[in-house]
Amino acid sequence: MKQFDYIRASANSDVTRTPDATIIAGGTNLLDLMKLEVMTPDKLVDISRLDLKQITPTRDGGLRIGALVTNSDLAADMTVREDYAALSSALLAGASGQLRNKATTGGNLLQRTRCYYFYDTDQPCNKREPGSGCGAMEGANRLHAILGVTDKCIASHPSDMAVAMQMLGAEIEIEGTDGASRTVPLSEFYLIPTDPAVETVLQSGELITAVTLPAPAEGNQTYRKVRDRASYAFAMASVAARIEVSEGKITQAAIACGGIGSMPWRDPAVEEALVGQEPSATLFSKAADILVADAAPKDGNAFKVPLARRTLIATLKELTGVQQ
Amino acid sequence: MRTTLTVNGKDHSLDADPRTSLLDALRNHLNLTGTKKGCDHGQCGACTVMINGRRINSCLSLACMHDGDEITTIEGLGDEHNLSDMQQNFVKHDGFQCGYCTPGQICSATAMLEEFKAGWPSNVSGSLTASPELTDAEISERMSGNICRCAAYPNIVDAIRETAEEKS
Ligand SMILES: Cc1cc2nc3c(=O)[nH]c(=O)nc-3n(C[C@H](O)[C@H](O)[C@H](O)COP(=O)(O)OP(=O)(O)OC[C@H]3O[C@@H](n4cnc5c(N)ncnc54)[C@H](O)[C@@H]3O)c2cc1C
Ligand code: SF4
Ligand code: FES
Ligand code: FES
Repeated sequence: MKQFDYIRASANSDVTRTPDATIIAGGTNLLDLMKLEVMTPDKLVDISRLDLKQITPTRDGGLRIGALVTNSDLAADMTVREDYAALSSALLAGASGQLRNKATTGGNLLQRTRCYYFYDTDQPCNKREPGSGCGAMEGANRLHAILGVTDKCIASHPSDMAVAMQMLGAEIEIEGTDGASRTVPLSEFYLIPTDPAVETVLQSGELITAVTLPAPAEGNQTYRKVRDRASYAFAMASVAARIEVSEGKITQAAIACGGIGSMPWRDPAVEEALVGQEPSATLFSKAADILVADAAPKDGNAFKVPLARRTLIATLKELTGVQQ
Repeated sequence: MRTTLTVNGKDHSLDADPRTSLLDALRNHLNLTGTKKGCDHGQCGACTVMINGRRINSCLSLACMHDGDEITTIEGLGDEHNLSDMQQNFVKHDGFQCGYCTPGQICSATAMLEEFKAGWPSNVSGSLTASPELTDAEISERMSGNICRCAAYPNIVDAIRETAEEKS
Protein backbone atom coordinates (compact mmCIF):
# COMPACT_ATOMS: atom_id res chain seq x y z
CA MET A 1 0.00 0.00 0.00
CA LYS A 2 1.21 3.52 -0.82
CA GLN A 3 1.74 5.95 2.04
CA PHE A 4 -1.02 8.44 2.81
CA ASP A 5 -1.88 11.16 5.29
CA TYR A 6 -4.75 10.33 7.58
CA ILE A 7 -7.30 12.86 8.79
CA ARG A 8 -10.26 12.04 10.99
CA ALA A 9 -13.25 14.22 10.20
CA SER A 10 -15.25 15.51 13.14
CA ALA A 11 -17.59 17.66 11.06
CA ASN A 12 -18.92 17.42 7.49
CA SER A 13 -16.91 20.53 6.65
CA ASP A 14 -13.67 18.68 7.43
CA VAL A 15 -14.51 16.61 4.37
CA THR A 16 -15.92 19.23 2.04
CA ARG A 17 -13.00 21.61 2.80
CA THR A 18 -10.40 18.99 1.83
CA PRO A 19 -11.37 18.17 -1.76
CA ASP A 20 -7.95 16.59 -2.36
CA ALA A 21 -8.64 13.84 0.20
CA THR A 22 -10.29 10.49 -0.52
CA ILE A 23 -13.16 9.59 1.76
CA ILE A 24 -12.98 6.37 3.73
CA ALA A 25 -16.16 5.08 5.41
CA GLY A 26 -16.29 1.32 6.15
CA GLY A 27 -13.15 0.83 4.10
CA THR A 28 -14.23 -2.58 2.81
CA ASN A 29 -13.83 -1.59 -0.82
CA LEU A 30 -11.29 1.21 -0.65
CA LEU A 31 -8.75 -0.66 1.50
CA ASP A 32 -9.03 -3.75 -0.71
CA LEU A 33 -8.17 -1.57 -3.72
CA MET A 34 -5.45 0.36 -1.86
CA LYS A 35 -3.69 -2.86 -0.86
CA LEU A 36 -3.50 -3.76 -4.55
CA GLU A 37 -2.50 -0.17 -5.41
CA VAL A 38 -5.44 0.10 -7.76
CA MET A 39 -6.34 3.18 -5.76
CA THR A 40 -3.45 5.25 -4.40
CA PRO A 41 -4.81 8.24 -2.49
CA ASP A 42 -2.26 10.64 -0.92
CA LYS A 43 -4.74 11.67 1.74
CA LEU A 44 -7.57 9.83 3.46
CA VAL A 45 -10.35 11.53 5.34
CA ASP A 46 -12.06 9.15 7.74
CA ILE A 47 -15.76 9.96 7.98
CA SER A 48 -16.68 7.05 10.24
CA ARG A 49 -17.24 9.27 13.29
CA LEU A 50 -19.57 11.75 11.58
CA ASP A 51 -23.14 11.96 12.74
CA LEU A 52 -24.65 10.31 9.65
CA LYS A 53 -25.88 7.08 11.22
CA GLN A 54 -29.60 7.72 11.66
CA ILE A 55 -32.60 6.31 9.84
CA THR A 56 -35.42 8.84 10.17
CA PRO A 57 -38.86 9.36 8.64
CA THR A 58 -39.17 12.23 6.16
CA ARG A 59 -41.97 14.78 6.15
CA ASP A 60 -43.61 13.24 3.09
CA GLY A 61 -43.78 9.77 4.62
CA GLY A 62 -40.52 8.46 3.20
CA LEU A 63 -37.29 7.45 4.88
CA ARG A 64 -33.95 9.24 5.19
CA ILE A 65 -31.01 6.89 5.55
CA GLY A 66 -27.78 8.47 6.82
CA ALA A 67 -24.74 7.76 4.63
CA LEU A 68 -23.00 5.92 7.48
CA VAL A 69 -25.86 3.57 8.34
CA THR A 70 -24.29 0.13 7.98
CA ASN A 71 -25.66 -2.38 5.51
CA SER A 72 -26.60 -4.69 8.40
CA ASP A 73 -28.42 -1.99 10.39
CA LEU A 74 -30.32 -0.95 7.27
CA ALA A 75 -31.30 -4.53 6.43
CA ALA A 76 -32.49 -5.14 10.00
CA ASP A 77 -34.42 -1.88 10.35
CA MET A 78 -38.08 -2.78 10.93
CA THR A 79 -39.46 0.00 8.70
CA VAL A 80 -37.24 -1.15 5.85
CA ARG A 81 -38.22 -4.80 6.39
CA GLU A 82 -41.92 -3.91 6.37
CA ASP A 83 -42.17 -1.12 3.81
CA TYR A 84 -39.12 -1.49 1.56
CA ALA A 85 -38.70 -5.26 1.58
CA ALA A 86 -36.73 -5.38 -1.68
CA LEU A 87 -34.06 -3.20 -0.07
CA SER A 88 -33.73 -5.39 2.99
CA SER A 89 -33.56 -8.50 0.78
CA ALA A 90 -30.99 -6.96 -1.55
CA LEU A 91 -28.74 -6.03 1.37
CA LEU A 92 -29.03 -9.51 2.88
CA ALA A 93 -28.13 -11.04 -0.49
CA GLY A 94 -24.87 -9.09 -0.59
CA ALA A 95 -21.42 -9.80 0.83
CA SER A 96 -21.18 -11.50 4.29
CA GLY A 97 -22.30 -10.83 7.85
CA GLN A 98 -18.91 -9.34 8.72
CA LEU A 99 -18.76 -7.11 5.66
CA ARG A 100 -22.32 -5.86 6.08
CA ASN A 101 -21.44 -4.78 9.64
CA LYS A 102 -18.76 -2.49 8.23
CA ALA A 103 -20.10 -1.51 4.82
CA THR A 104 -21.98 1.80 4.75
CA THR A 105 -24.82 3.12 2.63
CA GLY A 106 -22.64 5.74 0.93
CA GLY A 107 -19.73 3.36 0.41
CA ASN A 108 -21.97 0.68 -1.06
CA LEU A 109 -23.30 3.09 -3.70
CA LEU A 110 -19.74 4.04 -4.66
CA GLN A 111 -18.10 0.61 -4.60
CA ARG A 112 -16.03 0.00 -7.70
CA THR A 113 -16.43 -2.75 -10.28
CA ARG A 114 -15.09 -6.27 -9.70
CA CYS A 115 -13.66 -6.42 -13.28
CA TYR A 116 -10.51 -8.58 -13.06
CA TYR A 117 -8.49 -6.19 -15.26
CA PHE A 118 -9.41 -3.20 -13.12
CA TYR A 119 -8.01 -5.11 -10.12
CA ASP A 120 -4.76 -6.14 -11.82
CA THR A 121 -2.34 -3.23 -12.25
CA ASP A 122 -0.37 -5.20 -14.87
CA GLN A 123 -3.36 -5.16 -17.23
CA PRO A 124 -4.75 -2.42 -19.43
CA CYS A 125 -7.86 -0.74 -18.02
CA ASN A 126 -9.42 2.54 -19.12
CA LYS A 127 -11.11 2.95 -15.78
CA ARG A 128 -7.95 2.63 -13.70
CA GLU A 129 -5.61 4.21 -16.24
CA PRO A 130 -7.50 6.26 -18.82
CA GLY A 131 -6.34 5.57 -22.38
CA SER A 132 -4.56 2.30 -21.57
CA GLY A 133 -7.23 0.16 -23.25
CA CYS A 134 -9.69 -2.40 -21.95
CA GLY A 135 -8.46 -5.88 -21.14
CA ALA A 136 -11.96 -7.25 -20.75
CA MET A 137 -13.20 -6.30 -24.21
CA GLU A 138 -11.49 -9.28 -25.87
CA GLY A 139 -10.53 -11.07 -22.65
CA ALA A 140 -12.31 -12.74 -19.76
CA ASN A 141 -15.63 -10.95 -19.53
CA ARG A 142 -18.01 -13.32 -17.81
CA LEU A 143 -18.74 -10.82 -15.00
CA HIS A 144 -19.28 -7.94 -17.34
CA ALA A 145 -22.21 -5.79 -18.36
CA ILE A 146 -24.42 -6.23 -21.42
CA LEU A 147 -26.29 -2.93 -21.03
CA GLY A 148 -25.03 0.65 -20.81
CA VAL A 149 -21.57 -0.28 -22.07
CA THR A 150 -19.26 1.65 -24.41
CA ASP A 151 -16.31 0.70 -26.59
CA LYS A 152 -14.11 1.91 -23.72
CA CYS A 153 -15.50 -0.11 -20.81
CA ILE A 154 -17.90 -3.01 -20.22
CA ALA A 155 -17.58 -3.20 -16.43
CA SER A 156 -20.70 -4.11 -14.47
CA HIS A 157 -21.80 -2.32 -11.32
CA PRO A 158 -21.54 -4.82 -8.45
CA SER A 159 -23.97 -3.43 -5.85
CA ASP A 160 -27.12 -5.25 -4.78
CA MET A 161 -28.31 -2.44 -2.49
CA ALA A 162 -28.18 0.16 -5.24
CA VAL A 163 -30.40 -1.98 -7.49
CA ALA A 164 -33.16 -2.02 -4.89
CA MET A 165 -32.71 1.72 -4.28
CA GLN A 166 -32.92 2.37 -8.04
CA MET A 167 -36.20 0.46 -8.17
CA LEU A 168 -37.51 2.35 -5.12
CA GLY A 169 -36.76 5.75 -6.70
CA ALA A 170 -34.14 6.82 -4.15
CA GLU A 171 -32.52 10.26 -4.08
CA ILE A 172 -28.99 11.06 -2.98
CA GLU A 173 -28.33 13.97 -0.64
CA ILE A 174 -24.93 15.53 -1.28
CA GLU A 175 -23.08 18.24 0.64
CA GLY A 176 -20.82 20.33 -1.57
CA THR A 177 -17.54 22.16 -1.02
CA ASP A 178 -19.50 25.36 -0.32
CA GLY A 179 -21.37 23.57 2.48
CA ALA A 180 -24.65 23.67 0.54
CA SER A 181 -26.71 20.53 -0.07
CA ARG A 182 -28.05 19.27 -3.37
CA THR A 183 -30.23 16.29 -4.16
CA VAL A 184 -29.69 14.01 -7.13
CA PRO A 185 -32.10 11.22 -8.11
CA LEU A 186 -30.24 7.91 -8.11
CA SER A 187 -31.47 7.49 -11.70
CA GLU A 188 -29.22 10.44 -12.63
CA PHE A 189 -26.35 9.66 -10.27
CA TYR A 190 -24.39 7.07 -12.28
CA LEU A 191 -22.84 7.77 -15.68
CA ILE A 192 -22.48 5.68 -18.84
CA PRO A 193 -18.73 4.91 -19.22
CA THR A 194 -17.86 7.35 -22.00
CA ASP A 195 -15.04 8.28 -19.64
CA PRO A 196 -14.82 5.09 -17.56
CA ALA A 197 -12.82 6.75 -14.76
CA VAL A 198 -15.77 9.05 -14.05
CA GLU A 199 -18.53 6.88 -12.64
CA THR A 200 -20.95 9.29 -10.99
CA VAL A 201 -21.91 12.97 -10.90
CA LEU A 202 -20.17 13.31 -7.52
CA GLN A 203 -17.41 15.95 -7.58
CA SER A 204 -14.24 15.85 -5.51
CA GLY A 205 -14.83 17.19 -2.03
CA GLU A 206 -18.51 16.30 -2.16
CA LEU A 207 -19.89 14.16 0.65
CA ILE A 208 -22.93 11.92 0.39
CA THR A 209 -24.85 12.65 3.58
CA ALA A 210 -27.97 10.53 3.05
CA VAL A 211 -30.17 8.52 0.74
CA THR A 212 -33.88 9.30 0.85
CA LEU A 213 -36.63 6.94 -0.17
CA PRO A 214 -40.10 8.13 -1.20
CA ALA A 215 -43.13 7.08 0.83
CA PRO A 216 -43.78 3.34 0.59
CA ALA A 217 -45.72 2.40 -2.53
CA GLU A 218 -48.47 -0.16 -3.11
CA GLY A 219 -47.94 -3.65 -4.45
CA ASN A 220 -45.65 -6.59 -3.85
CA GLN A 221 -41.91 -6.17 -3.99
CA THR A 222 -38.91 -8.46 -3.96
CA TYR A 223 -35.25 -8.87 -4.86
CA ARG A 224 -34.09 -11.93 -6.77
CA LYS A 225 -30.37 -12.59 -7.20
CA VAL A 226 -28.73 -15.23 -9.40
CA ARG A 227 -25.08 -16.04 -8.71
CA ASP A 228 -22.44 -18.73 -8.99
CA ARG A 229 -22.99 -20.02 -5.46
CA ALA A 230 -25.83 -19.68 -2.98
CA SER A 231 -24.15 -17.12 -0.72
CA TYR A 232 -21.28 -14.63 -0.60
CA ALA A 233 -20.99 -14.05 -4.34
CA PHE A 234 -21.74 -11.11 -6.62
CA ALA A 235 -24.80 -11.16 -8.87
CA MET A 236 -24.63 -12.56 -12.37
CA ALA A 237 -28.12 -11.12 -12.77
CA SER A 238 -30.56 -9.70 -10.28
CA VAL A 239 -33.95 -8.03 -10.33
CA ALA A 240 -35.58 -5.68 -7.83
CA ALA A 241 -39.23 -5.25 -8.66
CA ARG A 242 -42.47 -3.88 -7.31
CA ILE A 243 -45.75 -4.70 -9.04
CA GLU A 244 -49.24 -3.61 -8.14
CA VAL A 245 -52.14 -5.50 -9.65
CA SER A 246 -55.68 -4.18 -9.33
CA GLU A 247 -58.81 -5.66 -10.90
CA GLY A 248 -56.74 -8.05 -12.97
CA LYS A 249 -54.48 -5.38 -14.48
CA ILE A 250 -51.00 -4.21 -13.60
CA THR A 251 -51.43 -0.67 -12.31
CA GLN A 252 -47.85 0.05 -11.22
CA ALA A 253 -44.49 -1.45 -12.12
CA ALA A 254 -41.02 -0.50 -10.92
CA ILE A 255 -38.09 -2.66 -12.03
CA ALA A 256 -34.32 -2.41 -11.75
CA CYS A 257 -31.67 -4.98 -12.62
CA GLY A 258 -28.21 -5.75 -11.29
CA GLY A 259 -25.23 -7.68 -12.64
CA ILE A 260 -26.06 -6.82 -16.24
CA GLY A 261 -25.52 -3.07 -16.47
CA SER A 262 -22.74 -0.52 -16.14
CA MET A 263 -24.99 0.91 -13.43
CA PRO A 264 -28.02 -0.34 -11.48
CA TRP A 265 -30.21 -0.67 -14.55
CA ARG A 266 -33.70 0.78 -14.82
CA ASP A 267 -35.44 0.92 -18.18
CA PRO A 268 -38.78 2.80 -18.15
CA ALA A 269 -39.80 1.03 -21.42
CA VAL A 270 -39.95 -2.29 -19.56
CA GLU A 271 -42.27 -0.82 -16.95
CA GLU A 272 -44.44 0.92 -19.57
CA ALA A 273 -44.91 -2.38 -21.39
CA LEU A 274 -46.40 -3.90 -18.24
CA VAL A 275 -48.67 -1.14 -16.93
CA GLY A 276 -52.30 -1.44 -17.96
CA GLN A 277 -51.89 -5.06 -19.05
CA GLU A 278 -53.16 -8.31 -17.62
CA PRO A 279 -50.28 -10.26 -16.04
CA SER A 280 -49.34 -13.31 -18.14
CA ALA A 281 -46.30 -15.31 -19.17
CA THR A 282 -46.58 -13.85 -22.68
CA LEU A 283 -46.60 -10.29 -21.35
CA PHE A 284 -43.59 -10.97 -19.12
CA SER A 285 -41.70 -12.49 -22.02
CA LYS A 286 -42.38 -9.35 -24.06
CA ALA A 287 -41.13 -7.15 -21.20
CA ALA A 288 -37.99 -9.29 -20.98
CA ASP A 289 -37.40 -8.83 -24.73
CA ILE A 290 -37.54 -5.08 -24.21
CA LEU A 291 -35.07 -5.29 -21.32
CA VAL A 292 -32.41 -6.97 -23.46
CA ALA A 293 -33.28 -5.31 -26.79
CA ASP A 294 -30.12 -3.16 -26.72
CA ALA A 295 -27.88 -5.76 -25.07
CA ALA A 296 -24.31 -5.80 -26.36
CA PRO A 297 -22.93 -9.14 -25.14
CA LYS A 298 -19.38 -10.44 -25.56
CA ASP A 299 -18.32 -14.10 -25.76
CA GLY A 300 -17.95 -14.53 -22.01
CA ASN A 301 -21.15 -12.85 -20.89
CA ALA A 302 -23.57 -13.77 -23.69
CA PHE A 303 -25.25 -16.09 -21.20
CA LYS A 304 -26.46 -13.00 -19.35
CA VAL A 305 -28.98 -12.23 -22.12
CA PRO A 306 -31.11 -15.34 -21.49
CA LEU A 307 -30.27 -15.21 -17.77
CA ALA A 308 -31.53 -11.62 -17.42
CA ARG A 309 -34.70 -12.51 -19.38
CA ARG A 310 -35.42 -15.53 -17.22
CA THR A 311 -34.65 -13.75 -13.97
CA LEU A 312 -37.02 -10.93 -14.86
CA ILE A 313 -39.77 -13.33 -15.95
CA ALA A 314 -39.41 -15.45 -12.80
CA THR A 315 -39.55 -12.35 -10.59
CA LEU A 316 -42.67 -11.02 -12.30
CA LYS A 317 -44.37 -14.40 -12.00
CA GLU A 318 -43.53 -14.58 -8.32
CA LEU A 319 -44.93 -11.11 -7.67
CA THR A 320 -48.16 -11.61 -9.63
CA GLY A 321 -48.81 -15.29 -8.95
CA VAL A 322 -48.80 -16.15 -12.66
CA GLN A 323 -48.14 -19.88 -12.99
CA GLN A 324 -45.82 -21.87 -15.34
CA MET B 1 0.07 7.55 14.41
CA ARG B 2 -0.81 7.10 18.07
CA THR B 3 -3.85 4.90 18.59
CA THR B 4 -5.45 3.42 21.69
CA LEU B 5 -7.25 0.13 21.29
CA THR B 6 -9.16 -1.58 24.07
CA VAL B 7 -8.53 -5.22 23.30
CA ASN B 8 -10.22 -7.88 25.41
CA GLY B 9 -10.80 -5.31 28.13
CA LYS B 10 -7.24 -4.00 28.26
CA ASP B 11 -6.07 -0.67 26.86
CA HIS B 12 -3.16 -0.80 24.44
CA SER B 13 -1.46 2.21 23.01
CA LEU B 14 0.45 1.80 19.77
CA ASP B 15 2.28 4.06 17.41
CA ALA B 16 1.97 2.57 13.95
CA ASP B 17 2.01 3.73 10.34
CA PRO B 18 -1.56 4.71 9.34
CA ARG B 19 -1.44 1.92 6.75
CA THR B 20 -1.47 -0.72 9.50
CA SER B 21 -4.59 -2.85 9.29
CA LEU B 22 -6.35 -3.74 12.50
CA LEU B 23 -5.34 -7.34 11.80
CA ASP B 24 -1.63 -6.47 11.56
CA ALA B 25 -1.88 -4.27 14.65
CA LEU B 26 -3.31 -7.17 16.66
CA ARG B 27 -0.85 -9.74 15.37
CA ASN B 28 2.36 -7.76 14.94
CA HIS B 29 2.09 -4.90 17.42
CA LEU B 30 0.09 -6.50 20.25
CA ASN B 31 1.30 -10.05 19.69
CA LEU B 32 -2.24 -11.40 19.69
CA THR B 33 -1.68 -14.03 17.02
CA GLY B 34 -4.92 -15.93 17.54
CA THR B 35 -6.55 -13.81 14.84
CA LYS B 36 -5.43 -15.22 11.49
CA LYS B 37 -4.59 -13.73 8.10
CA GLY B 38 -5.99 -15.78 5.25
CA CYS B 39 -6.70 -13.68 2.19
CA ASP B 40 -6.11 -10.15 3.59
CA HIS B 41 -8.96 -9.00 1.28
CA GLY B 42 -12.20 -9.61 3.12
CA GLN B 43 -12.92 -12.88 1.38
CA CYS B 44 -12.24 -15.64 3.92
CA GLY B 45 -13.21 -14.50 7.44
CA ALA B 46 -10.07 -15.87 9.17
CA CYS B 47 -9.42 -12.39 10.57
CA THR B 48 -12.88 -11.95 12.13
CA VAL B 49 -12.92 -10.02 15.42
CA MET B 50 -15.65 -8.09 17.20
CA ILE B 51 -15.68 -4.34 17.41
CA ASN B 52 -18.06 -2.98 20.00
CA GLY B 53 -19.78 -6.38 19.87
CA ARG B 54 -20.11 -6.62 16.08
CA ARG B 55 -18.13 -9.07 13.95
CA ILE B 56 -16.00 -7.54 11.20
CA ASN B 57 -13.03 -8.47 8.99
CA SER B 58 -10.00 -6.94 10.70
CA CYS B 59 -7.98 -7.13 7.47
CA LEU B 60 -10.21 -4.54 5.78
CA SER B 61 -9.94 -2.01 8.55
CA LEU B 62 -7.27 0.46 9.59
CA ALA B 63 -6.12 0.28 13.20
CA CYS B 64 -6.12 4.09 13.44
CA MET B 65 -9.82 4.18 12.56
CA HIS B 66 -10.57 2.20 15.72
CA ASP B 67 -9.01 4.55 18.27
CA GLY B 68 -10.99 4.08 21.48
CA ASP B 69 -13.01 1.10 20.20
CA GLU B 70 -13.58 -2.09 22.19
CA ILE B 71 -12.15 -5.06 20.34
CA THR B 72 -12.69 -8.69 21.22
CA THR B 73 -10.45 -11.35 19.72
CA ILE B 74 -10.41 -15.11 20.14
CA GLU B 75 -8.06 -14.63 23.11
CA GLY B 76 -10.78 -12.59 24.82
CA LEU B 77 -13.47 -15.26 24.48
CA GLY B 78 -11.68 -17.78 26.65
CA ASP B 79 -8.41 -19.64 27.12
CA GLU B 80 -7.45 -23.29 27.33
CA HIS B 81 -8.42 -23.42 31.01
CA ASN B 82 -11.66 -21.56 30.58
CA LEU B 83 -13.22 -22.11 27.18
CA SER B 84 -16.33 -20.23 26.10
CA ASP B 85 -19.35 -22.37 25.25
CA MET B 86 -18.71 -21.87 21.56
CA GLN B 87 -15.05 -22.87 21.91
CA GLN B 88 -16.06 -25.90 23.98
CA ASN B 89 -18.54 -27.02 21.34
CA PHE B 90 -16.03 -26.61 18.51
CA VAL B 91 -13.77 -29.01 20.45
CA LYS B 92 -16.62 -31.38 21.23
CA HIS B 93 -17.85 -31.57 17.62
CA ASP B 94 -14.42 -31.47 15.99
CA GLY B 95 -15.35 -28.25 14.20
CA PHE B 96 -11.97 -28.02 12.48
CA GLN B 97 -9.14 -29.93 10.90
CA CYS B 98 -6.07 -27.75 10.45
CA GLY B 99 -7.56 -25.09 12.73
CA TYR B 100 -6.49 -22.08 10.71
CA CYS B 101 -9.98 -20.71 10.11
CA THR B 102 -11.16 -21.65 13.60
CA PRO B 103 -10.54 -18.44 15.60
CA GLY B 104 -12.40 -16.51 12.91
CA GLN B 105 -15.19 -19.09 12.82
CA ILE B 106 -15.62 -18.92 16.60
CA CYS B 107 -15.58 -15.11 16.81
CA SER B 108 -17.97 -14.93 13.88
CA ALA B 109 -20.33 -17.56 15.30
CA THR B 110 -20.35 -15.93 18.73
CA ALA B 111 -21.37 -12.57 17.29
CA MET B 112 -23.73 -14.19 14.78
CA LEU B 113 -25.81 -15.67 17.61
CA GLU B 114 -26.25 -12.15 19.02
CA GLU B 115 -27.43 -10.91 15.62
CA PHE B 116 -29.85 -13.81 15.51
CA LYS B 117 -31.08 -13.03 19.02
CA ALA B 118 -31.69 -9.43 17.97
CA GLY B 119 -34.09 -10.81 15.34
CA TRP B 120 -32.04 -9.96 12.25
CA PRO B 121 -33.36 -11.80 9.20
CA SER B 122 -31.05 -13.49 6.69
CA ASN B 123 -31.12 -14.22 2.98
CA VAL B 124 -32.72 -17.62 3.65
CA SER B 125 -35.33 -16.50 6.19
CA GLY B 126 -38.81 -17.21 4.86
CA SER B 127 -40.10 -13.90 6.18
CA LEU B 128 -38.31 -10.61 6.72
CA THR B 129 -40.49 -9.67 9.66
CA ALA B 130 -41.18 -12.89 11.63
CA SER B 131 -38.48 -14.07 14.03
CA PRO B 132 -36.56 -16.83 12.25
CA GLU B 133 -35.71 -20.35 13.48
CA LEU B 134 -32.02 -21.19 13.64
CA THR B 135 -32.11 -24.02 11.08
CA ASP B 136 -28.92 -25.47 9.61
CA ALA B 137 -29.63 -23.48 6.45
CA GLU B 138 -29.78 -20.30 8.56
CA ILE B 139 -26.48 -21.15 10.26
CA SER B 140 -24.76 -21.82 6.93
CA GLU B 141 -26.06 -18.62 5.36
CA ARG B 142 -25.15 -16.47 8.37
CA MET B 143 -21.67 -18.05 8.48
CA SER B 144 -20.96 -17.80 4.73
CA GLY B 145 -18.33 -15.13 5.36
CA ASN B 146 -16.10 -17.77 7.01
CA ILE B 147 -14.47 -20.11 4.55
CA CYS B 148 -12.95 -23.39 5.77
CA ARG B 149 -10.33 -24.80 3.41
CA CYS B 150 -10.61 -28.17 5.21
CA ALA B 151 -14.39 -28.14 4.72
CA ALA B 152 -15.19 -28.86 8.38
CA TYR B 153 -18.56 -27.23 7.71
CA PRO B 154 -20.91 -29.98 8.98
CA ASN B 155 -19.14 -30.08 12.35
CA ILE B 156 -18.95 -26.30 12.55
CA VAL B 157 -22.72 -26.18 12.07
CA ASP B 158 -23.14 -28.84 14.80
CA ALA B 159 -21.01 -26.82 17.23
CA ILE B 160 -22.93 -23.63 16.57
CA ARG B 161 -26.32 -25.35 16.77
CA GLU B 162 -25.46 -26.90 20.13
CA THR B 163 -24.22 -23.58 21.52
CA ALA B 164 -27.43 -21.87 20.41
CA GLU B 165 -29.55 -24.63 21.97
CA GLU B 166 -27.69 -24.39 25.27
CA LYS B 167 -28.25 -20.64 25.32
CA SER B 168 -32.00 -20.81 24.76
C1 LIG C 1 -15.45 -10.36 -0.39
C2 LIG C 1 -16.46 -9.30 -0.69
C3 LIG C 1 -17.72 -9.66 -1.17
C4 LIG C 1 -18.66 -8.69 -1.45
N1 LIG C 1 -19.87 -9.07 -1.94
C5 LIG C 1 -20.79 -8.12 -2.26
C6 LIG C 1 -22.06 -8.47 -2.81
O1 LIG C 1 -22.38 -9.66 -3.00
N2 LIG C 1 -22.93 -7.48 -3.11
C7 LIG C 1 -22.63 -6.16 -2.90
O2 LIG C 1 -23.46 -5.31 -3.19
N3 LIG C 1 -21.44 -5.80 -2.41
C8 LIG C 1 -20.53 -6.75 -2.08
N4 LIG C 1 -19.31 -6.37 -1.57
C9 LIG C 1 -18.97 -4.95 -1.56
C10 LIG C 1 -19.39 -4.21 -0.31
O3 LIG C 1 -20.79 -4.07 -0.32
C11 LIG C 1 -18.70 -2.84 -0.36
O4 LIG C 1 -17.34 -3.05 -0.16
C12 LIG C 1 -19.23 -1.87 0.68
O5 LIG C 1 -20.61 -1.66 0.52
C13 LIG C 1 -18.49 -0.55 0.61
O6 LIG C 1 -18.88 0.26 1.70
P1 LIG C 1 -17.76 0.93 2.64
O7 LIG C 1 -18.47 1.81 3.59
O8 LIG C 1 -16.89 -0.10 3.22
O9 LIG C 1 -17.01 1.79 1.56
P2 LIG C 1 -15.50 2.34 1.51
O10 LIG C 1 -14.59 1.25 1.10
O11 LIG C 1 -15.18 3.10 2.74
O12 LIG C 1 -15.66 3.39 0.33
C14 LIG C 1 -16.00 3.01 -1.00
C15 LIG C 1 -15.97 4.25 -1.87
O13 LIG C 1 -16.99 5.16 -1.52
C16 LIG C 1 -16.49 6.45 -1.19
N5 LIG C 1 -17.36 6.93 -0.11
C17 LIG C 1 -17.74 6.23 0.99
N6 LIG C 1 -18.65 6.93 1.71
C18 LIG C 1 -18.83 8.11 1.06
C19 LIG C 1 -19.66 9.25 1.32
N7 LIG C 1 -20.49 9.31 2.37
N8 LIG C 1 -19.60 10.29 0.45
C20 LIG C 1 -18.78 10.24 -0.63
N9 LIG C 1 -17.99 9.18 -0.92
C21 LIG C 1 -18.01 8.12 -0.09
C22 LIG C 1 -15.05 6.22 -0.84
O14 LIG C 1 -14.26 7.36 -1.12
C23 LIG C 1 -14.67 5.03 -1.72
O15 LIG C 1 -14.29 5.49 -3.00
C24 LIG C 1 -18.36 -7.32 -1.25
C25 LIG C 1 -17.11 -6.96 -0.74
C26 LIG C 1 -16.16 -7.92 -0.46
C27 LIG C 1 -14.83 -7.51 0.08
S1 SF4 D 1 -14.22 -3.37 -18.52
FE1 SF4 D 1 -13.81 -1.31 -17.72
S2 SF4 D 1 -12.94 -1.78 -15.73
FE2 SF4 D 1 -12.71 -3.68 -16.92
S3 SF4 D 1 -10.73 -3.53 -18.01
FE3 SF4 D 1 -12.25 -2.65 -19.36
S4 SF4 D 1 -12.09 -0.47 -18.87
FE4 SF4 D 1 -11.20 -1.52 -17.13
S1 FES E 1 -7.90 -12.34 6.14
FE1 FES E 1 -9.54 -10.97 6.45
S2 FES E 1 -11.14 -11.92 5.38
FE2 FES E 1 -9.44 -13.16 4.82
S1 FES F 1 -10.03 -26.15 9.78
FE1 FES F 1 -8.59 -25.92 8.18
S2 FES F 1 -9.36 -24.14 7.20
FE2 FES F 1 -10.96 -24.63 8.53
